[in-house]
Amino acid sequence: MARPNPPVRLTPEEQKRRRQRSMALALALGIFCILLFAVTLAKLGPGIMQRPL
Amino acid sequence: MSSMSNALTEAHVESLPTAGVSQGDVSDFFALLKPRVMFLVVFTALVGMVVSPSSVHPIVAFVSLLMIAVGGGASGCLNMWWDADIDAVMTRTRKRPIPAGKIEPGEALAFGVTLSAGSVIILGLVSNWLAAGLLAFTIFFYVVVYSMWLKRSTPQNIVIGGAAGALPPIVAQAAVTGHVAWDSVILFAIIFMWTPPHFWALALVKSGDYERAGIPMMPNVAGPDSTRFQILAYTILLAPLGLAPVVLGFGGLAYAIISLIGGFGMLALAVQVYRLREGEPAMRVAQQLFGFSILYLFLLFATLLVEHGFGFFRPVFG
Repeated sequence: MARPNPPVRLTPEEQKRRRQRSMALALALGIFCILLFAVTLAKLGPGIMQRPL
Repeated sequence: MSSMSNALTEAHVESLPTAGVSQGDVSDFFALLKPRVMFLVVFTALVGMVVSPSSVHPIVAFVSLLMIAVGGGASGCLNMWWDADIDAVMTRTRKRPIPAGKIEPGEALAFGVTLSAGSVIILGLVSNWLAAGLLAFTIFFYVVVYSMWLKRSTPQNIVIGGAAGALPPIVAQAAVTGHVAWDSVILFAIIFMWTPPHFWALALVKSGDYERAGIPMMPNVAGPDSTRFQILAYTILLAPLGLAPVVLGFGGLAYAIISLIGGFGMLALAVQVYRLREGEPAMRVAQQLFGFSILYLFLLFATLLVEHGFGFFRPVFG
């Protein structure tokens, strides 16, 4: 049976950088969602609710 | 003594980077996108949009511009991934995130490919697939044709590769109009003709850097004198081309004046670069041409932006 790998321990600096990267990614995804919503409204306008089902 | 050295060793091990864990922070990833090049891409693309005869919803225009910027940044990132070995030996580029050891090449590759695919798809969905196709072609041209093929194989690298940097106005106008118009082709031609004098002026100053990195830039292959002649030849073509928007009717009176004065400025400096060939004055005038070429292109596009974006357009003819 193979010995399990020891758990990875990040240095405080690495933890800080990872948190910053995660925050930036979350912010980018949030902005992306808002932009897609805005583009949908801009392209479809009032017709957004009037489409054949 | 032994416990003290153990403590020091432990502290040292604690501060070492963990294998397989990214060491880059947000600013390093942003630097991979070549922000200054991205600004030029956004700026020229915006002008391509503004001079366009038709218009789109501002939100659609904004997102299209953003995707062109992201696509431009992604191609810069992929360029840094491919060129990390030569970036490490050039003084101008050795502090970039990959040669500095802050970001692994694999991370940059994944980042660049993701942003490239994302920007092309979103641009296609938001505007049209012609613009998306042109953006994809721009990224392909910069990364594959320029970075992977031309840059290390021919002194014409920046001449042909310059097409990638000149395409953003065409992509932007296609995003607005759905087709490729003459206006944007002229803007493309201006940037295309501007690229050789701009980069070769820098290459004259930094020829040692390029020599060390083994990049066949014109001064290293054809020699400084031939480069000076070619700088002058391209500038002679560029100066009248800068006036083409006036002839075609989308450059107004202010643009005519700026492009005339700027064109003479470029020509005067190119003649000086051609004449002064030795020592410090030769380097100084090449540096001046490099700096002035940035100002020249900026002023041409900024004037078009002000004329069309803020209602100052006054046609010269008619």
